[in-house]
Amino acid sequence: MSTPAPSAFLELRDLRIHFPTEDGLVKSVDGLSFKLERGKTLGIVGESGSGKSVTSLGILGLHKGGRAKISGEIWLDGEELVGASQDHVRTLRGKKMAMIFQDPLSSMHPFYTVGQQIIEAYRIHHDVSKAVARKHAIDMLGRVGIPQPDKRVDSYPHEFSGGMRQRAMIAMALSCDPELLIADEPTTALDVTVQAQILDLMLDLQREFNSALIVITHDLGVVAELSDDILVMYGGKCIEYGTAEDIFYRPEHPYTWGLLGSMPRLDREPTDRLMPIKGTPPSLINVPSGCAFNPRCPYAGRTAGKATTEVPQLLETEGGHLVRCHLPREERRGIWENEIKPMLEGQ
Amino acid sequence: MLGFVARRLALLVPILLGLSVLLFLWVRALPGGPAEALLGERATPEAVARVKKLYGLDRPWYEQYLTWVGNVFRGDLGVSSRTQHPVVEELLRTFPATVELALVAMVFAVGAGVPLGYLAARRHGTWIDHVSVAGSLFGITIPVFFLGYMLKFVFAEKLGLLPTDGRQDPLLDAGHPTGFYVLDGLVTGNMEAFGDALAHLVLPGVALGTIPLAIVVRITRASVLDVLHEDYVRTAEAKGLAPATIRGRHVLRNALLPVVTVVGLQVGLLLGGAVLTETVFAFPGFGKFMADSIVARDYAVLQGFILFTAVIFVLVNLLVDVAYGLIDPRVRVT
Repeated sequence: MSTPAPSAFLELRDLRIHFPTEDGLVKSVDGLSFKLERGKTLGIVGESGSGKSVTSLGILGLHKGGRAKISGEIWLDGEELVGASQDHVRTLRGKKMAMIFQDPLSSMHPFYTVGQQIIEAYRIHHDVSKAVARKHAIDMLGRVGIPQPDKRVDSYPHEFSGGMRQRAMIAMALSCDPELLIADEPTTALDVTVQAQILDLMLDLQREFNSALIVITHDLGVVAELSDDILVMYGGKCIEYGTAEDIFYRPEHPYTWGLLGSMPRLDREPTDRLMPIKGTPPSLINVPSGCAFNPRCPYAGRTAGKATTEVPQLLETEGGHLVRCHLPREERRGIWENEIKPMLEGQ
Repeated sequence: MLGFVARRLALLVPILLGLSVLLFLWVRALPGGPAEALLGERATPEAVARVKKLYGLDRPWYEQYLTWVGNVFRGDLGVSSRTQHPVVEELLRTFPATVELALVAMVFAVGAGVPLGYLAARRHGTWIDHVSVAGSLFGITIPVFFLGYMLKFVFAEKLGLLPTDGRQDPLLDAGHPTGFYVLDGLVTGNMEAFGDALAHLVLPGVALGTIPLAIVVRITRASVLDVLHEDYVRTAEAKGLAPATIRGRHVLRNALLPVVTVVGLQVGLLLGGAVLTETVFAFPGFGKFMADSIVARDYAVLQGFILFTAVIFVLVNLLVDVAYGLIDPRVRVT
């Protein structure tokens, strides 16, 4: 290995995941670095196509060989995964790191009972009899709050409600006590009333297992509830990183302001309009030159032309709070304090 | 499940009643009739009238129909005007031959088609994929009789590996208690007859199975490609399952659903007789017999055989539905 193993439980260093296509190279993830400790939660936020899900699949090693070009380093508990053999990464999947997917209906096999699927996940990594695994599956279903788990274990996914299915999915992901759990839009497919229950459940289970948790979402409400740290992604790059307080109370990137402005809030007057981000996410093949956000950025004109010519660096602004923006720090803070914050708070 | 099967079987009654009327009228709408066919072009009107009276064809059609239906319920399908044998007897003689042929054709089609289609999907975009897609297109377009003659010419006449025609070497002293010659060989313990009957099925089976093979390849390929991109396959990978397990348990089982449908339809079609194949290989089967009966305007045979085909078709499709329920719990009926 080129660099010594880091001390953090999970560390990504300059991860790049590119897909060569007929139209050109799709740079889905382009130089992503972060650290995550056990027992902590990282929220990754961004629009569709910002590279969130590609990152999570990359950590699990689920990009099929040949198609994706992956470089950089992924360190999990002292082991580097990008250069590791596929077979080795497979033995870590499910056991050391597990994933909860967005849509539990399509993510569970329609022809097998919920129990069979949990038993299968457990027995890959534990050499136990079916009966023992079944008992464990019933146990897990009970722990994620499914009533009558000894009966429901024999139900098929289509016989569960959406919330119950996501609970079952979580039970399956947690069946081998993974130390790293990645939840990709875990509540997007669920009713709002069920969302809060699932988020609470995930927090409880995280505390119980002391696992590292990555929550991937476009919903700032979800990360506000769960995360210690938040990473905002745009066009395959991290554009702002900080603690939840940093991101919610002292955000410095215009894109983060936009995300906050797009979030409906009860404490705002109903007459106030939301402040959506104009335009659409960038093409990952022809990324805008300079700052990828510049075509949509209302403040691009204040950077003396650098926005369109120079890629901004991800720089520390204060105590671990990182921002990738050409605007000078003082100006960003001024805009936030004097223009954005009052608007968000409804004057 | 039992209730479902019973309901479906009950549905057979109106289907068969409706079909029997249409069938009865269609047969009689064919130009000419059994009397004219039997007596030839120069028959005198008197002779024709005499034969018509003999077969009861001079009575009004609804009378004939009611008599026929009554007889059918008693298991009597009438007598062939062409062979003078009872239709039931002809059915029992020719149908087992076609069943054997259809089975061999389907074993060939599924046995080669599913692995080929699966391989094409796994190696999507490679030369294996292109060859099987192009090959299956060729398989669909090549005329059956041409393929049949080619197979016969190469493997039977030039190479002498397989028999040219028929169901069994006439010189063999083989008993036929069931009418299924392959089975007969086993039942009577005559392994020579068993092997001989099987050898007679290879070429016609391949000729008949080529179109279903091409269809099975394409369907399997398309559905495996679909399933490979399903979220639950990704979930299986995320669990850390070995690739071989994922392929067998998570991909193939789902991908086979559309294949089951197609196989069901094809079996139904094949059992309805394979006129061209049976003709090329002088195979005394159901389709050949029916084709000859159309020429002879053999009303009793046509009515009986077509009715029987309809029953078989419905039963095969019922079997497909039951198989669906066994594979996919979401369509399981209670």
